[in-house]
Amino acid sequence: MNFVKTIAAVAALLFAQGARAEGTIKVGLLAEFSGPFAGYGKQIQSGIKAYMKQHGDTVAGKKVELVLKDTTGPSPEIAKRLAQDLITHDKVDFIAGFGLTPNALAVAPLATQAKTPMIVMNAASSIITTKSPYVARFSMTLPQVTEPMALWSAKNGIKKVFTIVSDYAPGLDAESAFVKSFSSQGGEVVGSVRVPLRNPDFAPFVQRAKDAKPHAVFIFVPAGEQGIAFVKAFTERGLRQAGIKLIGPGDVVDDDVLEAMGDPTLGIITTHHYSAAHDSPENAAFRKAYAEANGEGTRPNFMAVAGYDGIAAIYEVAKKLDGKMDADRAMEVIKGIKLNSPRGPIQIDPETRDIVQTVYVRRVERVKGGLYNVEFDKFPNVKDPGKPAN
Amino acid sequence: MSAAPAVALPDARWRPAEVVFWLVAVAAIFLFPGHLVLGSQVLITGLFALSLDLILGYAGIVSLGHAAMFGAGAYTAGLLAKHGWGEPLSGLLAAAAVGAIIAWGTSFIAVRGGDLTRLMVTLGIGLLLYEAANQAAWVTGGVDGLSDMAVRDLLGVFPFDLAGRTAYVYSLAVLFAVFLVCRRIVRSPFGLSLRGIRDGARRMPAIGSPVRRRLIAVYTVAGAIAGVAGALLAQTTQFVGLEVLGFSRSADLLIMLVLGGAGWLYGGLVGAALFMIAQSQLSSINPVYWQFWLGLLLVVMVFAARGGVVGAAAAARERFLRGASR
Amino acid sequence: MFASLPGVLFDGVAYGSLLFLMSIGLSVTMGLMRFINLAHGAFAMLGGYVCVVGMARLGVPFLLMLPAAFLVAAVAGAVLERTLYRRLYRRSPLDQVLFSLGLTLMSVAGATYVWGSGQQPVHLPGFLLGQVRVLGVDVGVYRLFLVALVGAITAGLVLLVRRTRFGARIRASVDDAQASAGLGINVTQVFSVTFALGSGLAGLGGALAIDVLGLDPTFPLKYLVYFLLVVVVGGAGSIAGTLAASLLLGVFDVSGKYYVPAVGAFVIYGLMVVLLLLFPGGLRRGAR
Repeated sequence: MNFVKTIAAVAALLFAQGARAEGTIKVGLLAEFSGPFAGYGKQIQSGIKAYMKQHGDTVAGKKVELVLKDTTGPSPEIAKRLAQDLITHDKVDFIAGFGLTPNALAVAPLATQAKTPMIVMNAASSIITTKSPYVARFSMTLPQVTEPMALWSAKNGIKKVFTIVSDYAPGLDAESAFVKSFSSQGGEVVGSVRVPLRNPDFAPFVQRAKDAKPHAVFIFVPAGEQGIAFVKAFTERGLRQAGIKLIGPGDVVDDDVLEAMGDPTLGIITTHHYSAAHDSPENAAFRKAYAEANGEGTRPNFMAVAGYDGIAAIYEVAKKLDGKMDADRAMEVIKGIKLNSPRGPIQIDPETRDIVQTVYVRRVERVKGGLYNVEFDKFPNVKDPGKPAN
Repeated sequence: MSAAPAVALPDARWRPAEVVFWLVAVAAIFLFPGHLVLGSQVLITGLFALSLDLILGYAGIVSLGHAAMFGAGAYTAGLLAKHGWGEPLSGLLAAAAVGAIIAWGTSFIAVRGGDLTRLMVTLGIGLLLYEAANQAAWVTGGVDGLSDMAVRDLLGVFPFDLAGRTAYVYSLAVLFAVFLVCRRIVRSPFGLSLRGIRDGARRMPAIGSPVRRRLIAVYTVAGAIAGVAGALLAQTTQFVGLEVLGFSRSADLLIMLVLGGAGWLYGGLVGAALFMIAQSQLSSINPVYWQFWLGLLLVVMVFAARGGVVGAAAAARERFLRGASR
Repeated sequence: MFASLPGVLFDGVAYGSLLFLMSIGLSVTMGLMRFINLAHGAFAMLGGYVCVVGMARLGVPFLLMLPAAFLVAAVAGAVLERTLYRRLYRRSPLDQVLFSLGLTLMSVAGATYVWGSGQQPVHLPGFLLGQVRVLGVDVGVYRLFLVALVGAITAGLVLLVRRTRFGARIRASVDDAQASAGLGINVTQVFSVTFALGSGLAGLGGALAIDVLGLDPTFPLKYLVYFLLVVVVGGAGSIAGTLAASLLLGVFDVSGKYYVPAVGAFVIYGLMVVLLLLFPGGLRRGAR
């Protein structure tokens, strides 16, 4: 009898290997956790941790389990292989994360093939949501946050602009959205430059901008280190002294590195969907939970809030489906979902599965607590104007 | 360089170890059904390493830019599939042709000059191609990569499934076919002359062997094979990223080949398997550790274990046989 | 457009000077010991991190950290040369490539482990910031400082090589190590000291480069190509050749990025292949 029991136990173990435990909801978190974009994955994960700190790690009677995978940077092939692992091995119910567009683009076809919902928590190029009916985005798109910048600038005395963007999909999105919108308001784009994605030295490009004598320089680079390098070159070349303003989407003054960038950032005006200084009860609660989950004094940025809202949506799906995960029904729940995010009210457009949110105009100021993007104007309910992809 | 054995007469018999090797590769389909994606990537990289072995292990050309042909093959297959021609096998042939052309075109510079110049030229060409692909983003997709590839079913019957089984069998079949060709080449008089060039290029003309022509020939063949490997990667992953042309792909390949042992044909395959399996295990724990220990391994190998894994195994076998025959 | 030429040229010269400082050690190593040292960038990186640590942790001012960066990198070079590099002088290029590649990987991993993968900021002293007007052109003060410093160091190097006995020994050993040893020159010592000097200069260059090129653990791999480029194009072992190549590449890189930013990075590699085709032995034509 013991012999049979042992065999049964061993057999059970063998068969359990790789099978999904029935009582969990597995969420694959595929993002950058090492390399030059390491901050992206970390912020997204920290935002998720904040939510789970507030709401616990169980929903609809099941435990939510995160499986982390590191893409190490803009490496679409690694992302694709890891996503395949997540689907076939870990049998995840959702694949979330995606700090960079190239990685999201590579994984989208897999989401369709495997019928696994894909929750984009940062990648910002418009075409991503068109690549699969199982993609929903909780971050933003570049055209969405850029167009208000063009509108605001045209109304505020900026008539001539020189644009500098990083040469990849979001950068091109930002450039074309700005140029289109700004020109339609009567503004003039006096020059455009595209820099390589991991460019170390902005000096020649900034110099060229300065020589064109614009009223303002429009900048888009991926948040983090590129922003630091750019602002350094901008300051060093004396553009501020020459009276040239710096405008652009909020990536260049990312909350994650703003404090480290210091006073050269004062006065930079940007448009974005989230500032850590946003004044609302949801944000206050978010910041508190964030500090508790990740350490005193840590500050969330727009990627953290997208992680927060993304996992909130997953919890919503779990509640509505009573824990029984099904991709098509999950997408039905997500389409049209409305959340009171720490950034402001957000909604997922049922047709495009992309995010609709308020875009704020902010200025970098030194307030109690440090350097922050202080909001002073806003554009509510902005949809992504970038579809269909140009 | 490597602890090469005494030059053996071309021997077409299959050693038992070789048979086992290929049987294991086939058995993996049934033994490791959940790891076939990694498996096909190992096979593809093995094929790529095979092509480097031809020029490094047999002809003595140190190249830091072999990814140029690999990437070119990948983009060829990718672009064909994206723009309507999704048939896999003909895609492979097209990629082989492109790889061969690029290799042939650059071979004139690559076989000239001393080791350092060759290193620089191969490196430079690799980087040039990378930048060109980056700039020509309207064709290649740039950093965002080439997606929307519509690769049709293999032989019209087998679709490329999510678990990677078709991809694995496809890669294995192509690898084996190319391997047979390479085996024939190195056991031919041409192959022997390559080894002669590797060991003492200056003496070769004295026996009437046209050094430059031989090198160009082998470089071109290696380029074709690298192109095929690249196309395989593109077709099985349905994606081409800019990294197919990157420096780290070339550098990692060199490491894999040396790890396994250059000049044995199997060295590249063994090295690729060891490297990639170890990398996938250790990298997921901590990428920093992987890099550090890999570096340390390289340093130790240069001082201690010349000839790589296969070389060491062959040397051990020699000693064993010598001991047994006493 | 051409009104900006003097400014762009100056920027190119500044960039080229930095490249020269970081590459001259590699040039001499390759010319003297015929050793392909792909790990050369690691010494530059070491100098950079020494500078950052000294300023951030010990509060030492930037200018004082520069000689410290030089010294630490030089000592590291001397130690590694003695223990490891020395045994590989006669080995094949492949072995040398593998060894130095291994060292590079270890240094990159080590730097990531200790300092993380992010960029290291450096806060230059106030008097090195901003711009000044020189001959009607706005030039950055820091870049002016770079050019002046490297100019002085180059002059010093030339003096060392041409006017001192040690310099004569170096030149003799580059020409023919065997014959020099036969004449009683302690070639081993020449190798050691030169390697240390070259590494030290690289370290100094690395510290100076933080503000211009940034500093992160991937530095050795990122800029390896540029160093190799400079050495191969300029001719290994030649100070004048290395200088010419550095300045040429610096100017072309910056001008490329300024005038045709769409193909900026491309220009350098294209230039290299062209130069290699025309001068397979490097630019080393005139006097050393």
